[in-house]
Amino acid sequence: MSDTPAPPDDVVLQAVGLTKHFPVRGLTSRGVVHAVDGVDLQLRAGQVLALVGESGSGKSTVARLLARLYPQTAGQVLLHGRPVTALSGRAFREYCRKAQMIFQDPFASLNPVHTVRYVLTRSLRIHHRGLRGAALEDALRALLDRVQLNPDTYVDKFPHELSGGQRQRVAIARALAADPEVLLADEPISMLDVSIRLGVLNLLRDLRDRLGIAILYITHDIASARYFADRTHVMYAGQTVETGDSESVTQTPAHPYTQLLVRSAPDPEHLGDPLRTGATGEPPNMVEPPAGCRFHPRCPFAAELCRTRVPELLPIGAGREVACWGYAPDEPGAPDLGTAKVSQEVAR
Amino acid sequence: MRFLVRRVVFYVVTAWAAVTINFFIPRMIPGDPVQALINRYQGQLDSHAIQALYVLFGLDKKVSLWDQYWQYWGQLFRGDLGISFSYFPTPVSQVLRSSLPWTVGLVGVATIISVVGGSLVGVYLGWRRGTKADAIVPITTFFSSVPYFWLGIIAIAAFAVTWKVLPTGGGYDGNLLPSWSGAYVGSVLQHALLPGLTIVLSSIAGWILGMRNMMVTVTSEDYVTVAQAKGLSERRVMFGYAARNAILPQVSGFALSLGFVVSGTLVMEMVFSYPGIGFRLFQAIGGKDYPLMQGIFLVITLSVLVANILADVVYVLLDPRTRQEA
Amino acid sequence: MSNVPVDTALEVTPAAAPIVVRAGAKPRRRFVFVRNGKSVTGLAILGVFVVLAVVGPWIAPYDPSKVGVGTLLAHPSAQHLLGTDHIGRDVFSQLLVGTRGVMVVGVLAAVIATLLAIAVGVTAGFLGGAGDEVLSAVSNIFLVIPALPLIILVAAAVRSTSNLTIALVLAGTGWAWGARLLRAQTLSLRRRDFVEAARASGERTWRIVWFETLPNLTAIIASSFISTMTFAVLSQTTLAFIGVANVNDWSWGTVLYWAQGNQALARGAWWWFVPAGVLIAVLGMALSLVNFGIDEFVNPRLRLAGLKPREMRKRGIRPRIGFTATVRDLPRRPEATR
Repeated sequence: MSDTPAPPDDVVLQAVGLTKHFPVRGLTSRGVVHAVDGVDLQLRAGQVLALVGESGSGKSTVARLLARLYPQTAGQVLLHGRPVTALSGRAFREYCRKAQMIFQDPFASLNPVHTVRYVLTRSLRIHHRGLRGAALEDALRALLDRVQLNPDTYVDKFPHELSGGQRQRVAIARALAADPEVLLADEPISMLDVSIRLGVLNLLRDLRDRLGIAILYITHDIASARYFADRTHVMYAGQTVETGDSESVTQTPAHPYTQLLVRSAPDPEHLGDPLRTGATGEPPNMVEPPAGCRFHPRCPFAAELCRTRVPELLPIGAGREVACWGYAPDEPGAPDLGTAKVSQEVAR
Repeated sequence: MRFLVRRVVFYVVTAWAAVTINFFIPRMIPGDPVQALINRYQGQLDSHAIQALYVLFGLDKKVSLWDQYWQYWGQLFRGDLGISFSYFPTPVSQVLRSSLPWTVGLVGVATIISVVGGSLVGVYLGWRRGTKADAIVPITTFFSSVPYFWLGIIAIAAFAVTWKVLPTGGGYDGNLLPSWSGAYVGSVLQHALLPGLTIVLSSIAGWILGMRNMMVTVTSEDYVTVAQAKGLSERRVMFGYAARNAILPQVSGFALSLGFVVSGTLVMEMVFSYPGIGFRLFQAIGGKDYPLMQGIFLVITLSVLVANILADVVYVLLDPRTRQEA
Repeated sequence: MSNVPVDTALEVTPAAAPIVVRAGAKPRRRFVFVRNGKSVTGLAILGVFVVLAVVGPWIAPYDPSKVGVGTLLAHPSAQHLLGTDHIGRDVFSQLLVGTRGVMVVGVLAAVIATLLAIAVGVTAGFLGGAGDEVLSAVSNIFLVIPALPLIILVAAAVRSTSNLTIALVLAGTGWAWGARLLRAQTLSLRRRDFVEAARASGERTWRIVWFETLPNLTAIIASSFISTMTFAVLSQTTLAFIGVANVNDWSWGTVLYWAQGNQALARGAWWWFVPAGVLIAVLGMALSLVNFGIDEFVNPRLRLAGLKPREMRKRGIRPRIGFTATVRDLPRRPEATR
């Protein structure tokens, strides 16, 4: 039933300079929402890439662009090195066999009038034509087993008869029915009860290990990125601000925004630490984003250069990049990050 | 503002559509009833009037359809709707001018009473669910399931024939001359009582139900709970918070229901012989008075459009979300 | 998921214990929205009317058009259950035979109008853009233009006024309301995740429309059908009353037409015009009841939760907003063990 899997660590899905601007609705279209600007990422077989950011950072849009639910304004999506342009029809169906999406809200992503059997059967029939009768039934049961749901109990249930965790497992099963190489998980656990989250996350990890699927894990919780993902990208206001392996990014964050994210988790050991609250303010207006570095209105270290030029992703170590002028001290007008700066040696 | 602009554009388009429909329908009538009538009145019509009728009904076969259309519009702008056959030789516009105020008065007042009264009752019913007052709903629904005119007939039978409390019909006492005197005004009110009450009774159920349902939905919203927790008086919360939000769909529903209200009132006037537009339409149908029928349809449609515009203005004033630009 | 260090060697959590399905468990309830008390009553009454419509002409004691089967304007009696009219025709038979006319036109108009509303509304909701604007404008125009004058005008222009024509005219003027409703619902459904998920899964668009969206619209479609039928019945009666519809086709409105035209009021012949109106009211009530039932299903907040109002009043509890009364017996004081 499956094609030859990609060799481990091979780049399966890649985004190059991905950009999406949404026109502002109205009688006269004034401006665009700069949802995503120039995002690069690589998804490797058997690896999890976490995309971390607040609401409005553009991470869900990236997932939907990769799932080809709407076209990008600029940039490319490459599957095994070849650009993907399909948006509908047979080419789109070919593509979505390889890249499947899991949605955030388990209560909304399943049609309330269809049973689990219908949902999974449709997915199987679309992607494996000619599957009928006993073979279909076996495939159905195999899918439910794979997401750790007892087939006899769950196959004829309606979504409103399932709990949140069970629905999310059904959604994962639906995605797996296509035998994909890439799973785009848009905040798959953020709407589940806390006690259930670990179970679903472990299921995803299990799938990664056993099936060698590449997973894009989108979340606003940077701690779960450390638990689950191999690499982490941090996004702010539609742009990538930091990349690197999860351990380094979460333990020694380089970008001031990442530092803010990491320190924002309540930590009883550092109550009242003045260093903890470094930045103030709110996410920017995405119709007219700030000039230069989009984080500069909130950054405690902002300098003249930050207000005028958009920082590029600068390498600061093995596989680590950060988009902050504080790591380009030779540039005139660059900010001084002081003790907040991650030294290049540590990063290496 | 943008919202209003869109609505005004829409109404202009609808008005154009109504006029165009009006233009085409008489041309669909098989036979040549108008021609026959013109021939009958030949000697008494001046050439101007004959020309107007030709334009209205497309009787001049030599003129192309497109040209007829332009002529029709030109005539409308001059306010010329032709000569009425059943009220010969009164022009249609004059017939309408004398009967429109009666209809507007009756419908307007009755509808306002319905809307305001129905909404208030609905607010109370929605706020206090489960009281005996809930029985109001099936009772009024029964009354609204009945055609207006039947209710009117029953009302006449009860209050005008059996009990002789109110007049059986007409707009005012035939012995009085129209003036602003107390007697005349009193007579008008007396004659309007039965028809008005019948309209109110028939239409109030819809308002009560709609308002009650909306109140139930709105009161389960968190902002109402917050208002109560703040310690505001029950009346403040009920009206200032809940009803204010619940009334929005009612306003837009009001605009749409105007068409139905007008339809019902037409027949009402036939039953009560009330000298409004509906009564004239009834007579026009009986007398095959096509110019009058056409004119009435046009006037009714345009009046409903105007009322819709007013309702939209009220909606914009009530709902701050529509005032937001983009 | 806080900063608490997590043991990455955690076991995979075991699957939820399988729930044993007890034999004799309640069968799944389909079409729940027609199962509450109000809907059932309404449907029952409707059923009676349907039966009457079918068998009416066969069980009518007299031919409704036959003149002189009884004395003129006779009071109701054993022979003529609802008396006779001004030329001696039996009123009861007229109403019985008229049921068919009313039901046929009502159902036919409602079916055509609802199909039209689904076609226009769902298409507009899915098309978006220019197509949506055009379809919306068309339905809004039909919505704003007052129905009755238009119907009168059209009916006067069109020669034949058979039941079919009337039904078509009514459907043509009454579809717009449902179309607007369905378009709004389709738009909101389209944005729901499961439609996007179906797309992401590779479903074809027509399958998304038919199998994902339409099943979620059944309650609205049913409600729209009922409302349109109410409108059709009332309008048809009005048309017959005015005399626009064919006065030889028996319907309740026709009876009223004859009654009004012959001064039934003044002559005190209440049996002539009262029953027809009562019948219309009962039919309208039945339709409204079904609609209420559907309403309560669609908007669960409309259902009365907790104690029923009568029980609350018995216990002296005043109903309030945000207040759901339930009754619980206080735990019994443990009896003395000695």
